[in-house]
Amino acid sequence: MSRTDGPVLLQVEGLRKAFGDHEVLKGVDLEVRRGEVVALIGPSGSGKTTVLRSLNGLETPDQGTLAFDGGPSVDFGRGLAKQERFAIRDRSAMVFQHHNLFPHCTVLQNVIEGPVRVQGVPRAEAVAQADELLERVGLAAKRDAYPHELSGGQQQRVGIVRALALKPDLLLFDEPTSALDPELVGEVLVVMKELADEGWTMVVVTHELQFAREVADEVLFLDGGVVAERGAPSQIFTNPQNERTRRFLDRILRPFDRP
Amino acid sequence: MDWQLILDSFWPLLSGALIGTIPLTLISFAIGLVIALGVALLRMSANPVLSWIGRAYVSVIRGTPLLVQLFLIFYGLPSIGLTLDPWPSAVIAFSLNVGGYAAEIIRASILSVPKGQWEAGYTIGMSNVTTLRRIILPQAARVSVPPLSNTFISLVKDTSLASVILVTEMFKQAQKIASVTFEFMTLYLEAALIYWAICTVLAALQDRMEKRLDRYVAH
Repeated sequence: MSRTDGPVLLQVEGLRKAFGDHEVLKGVDLEVRRGEVVALIGPSGSGKTTVLRSLNGLETPDQGTLAFDGGPSVDFGRGLAKQERFAIRDRSAMVFQHHNLFPHCTVLQNVIEGPVRVQGVPRAEAVAQADELLERVGLAAKRDAYPHELSGGQQQRVGIVRALALKPDLLLFDEPTSALDPELVGEVLVVMKELADEGWTMVVVTHELQFAREVADEVLFLDGGVVAERGAPSQIFTNPQNERTRRFLDRILRPFDRP
Repeated sequence: MDWQLILDSFWPLLSGALIGTIPLTLISFAIGLVIALGVALLRMSANPVLSWIGRAYVSVIRGTPLLVQLFLIFYGLPSIGLTLDPWPSAVIAFSLNVGGYAAEIIRASILSVPKGQWEAGYTIGMSNVTTLRRIILPQAARVSVPPLSNTFISLVKDTSLASVILVTEMFKQAQKIASVTFEFMTLYLEAALIYWAICTVLAALQDRMEKRLDRYVAH
């Protein structure tokens, strides 16, 4: 069974957002099915990160609706009540470009903070679960280290574990490898691919086109605040229909070819 | 220099420090920090009225002499029917004063914590208040230790001003003995040395605290 056959987890329609006079999103629709991996690609300033942050309530779009599991939709146009924001946030967890680990907490404390403090999971249970997750990403030995004692790749893997520990329905990745040294990118992408294979639902903003191509079920190419093209990676990467998609892919995949 | 007088006056001065200077400093600083956190949060509030109140508070406290603030509370308030003893007057004046100065330090150190830390707190489901308490303040604390230590050490010395509103603290003791022995130089030098000793110990403590808070910071 293809991952794209699952029930719809998240339905987003007509997202619009302006920062001052600058319109960042000009009506973005997005549908994510359970178990699906959606990659958002596009040039910087295209609005992909704003879309992702909106899904976690870190940005509040000016217009648009968002619904989980076909339930009642949140209408951003009416403003976002505190409860609504918490309800949205509760469904997903975010992995940041700059990991944003808590520097004053050990790896273990970083991971259990959400489950223990927010979700009310008993500490012993949260620790056992954290140890298991850390083991899985090969960082069991680092549980008592502070973030600054880890490499960039290790930090980002802890960032992923921190998100997993919340047991969200949806994992959000905001350019998770963009701030890493090239040789550290692989270890993070491997973990993300494993999560995809395990059936986690993921929305990934990325510049790693190879990752998008191999792991994503659907690729959205954003440009100028709209989804210029969407489709299966095989189609987007081998036979893009939109001229802007083609130019973008050319710039990245064949930077030295000049027409 | 009258060495016998130095020996004889040492205990009265030290006891002045123990029952006056030191507790006055500790209590006022503790209350002052609570005021400061409140004022800092007011100043950072998105609500313009609250923010204005915080700004006005800092402006008034920093813009008027501590001595005048002490006089207003101890000598001024009775004229509107509020008579306070020397000790509470001093504690109120020093707390309010620390509150004004430390508010700016706390505000700056909260602002020094990267925005991503707030967001990380939010995304794991924390409220504003929990994020502030669990994520932001511990990191701000490290940044604020050196400047807050300055405020603290200044306060140790500023408590000598309480002598003018009749609080028995170290400098008051020195004044009392000097006024009967006329050994002003000896007594005031002795008091100065004890202030200096206290502040030296505090500076060492500050150093240790900074090292302790530094353990999670990359070097």
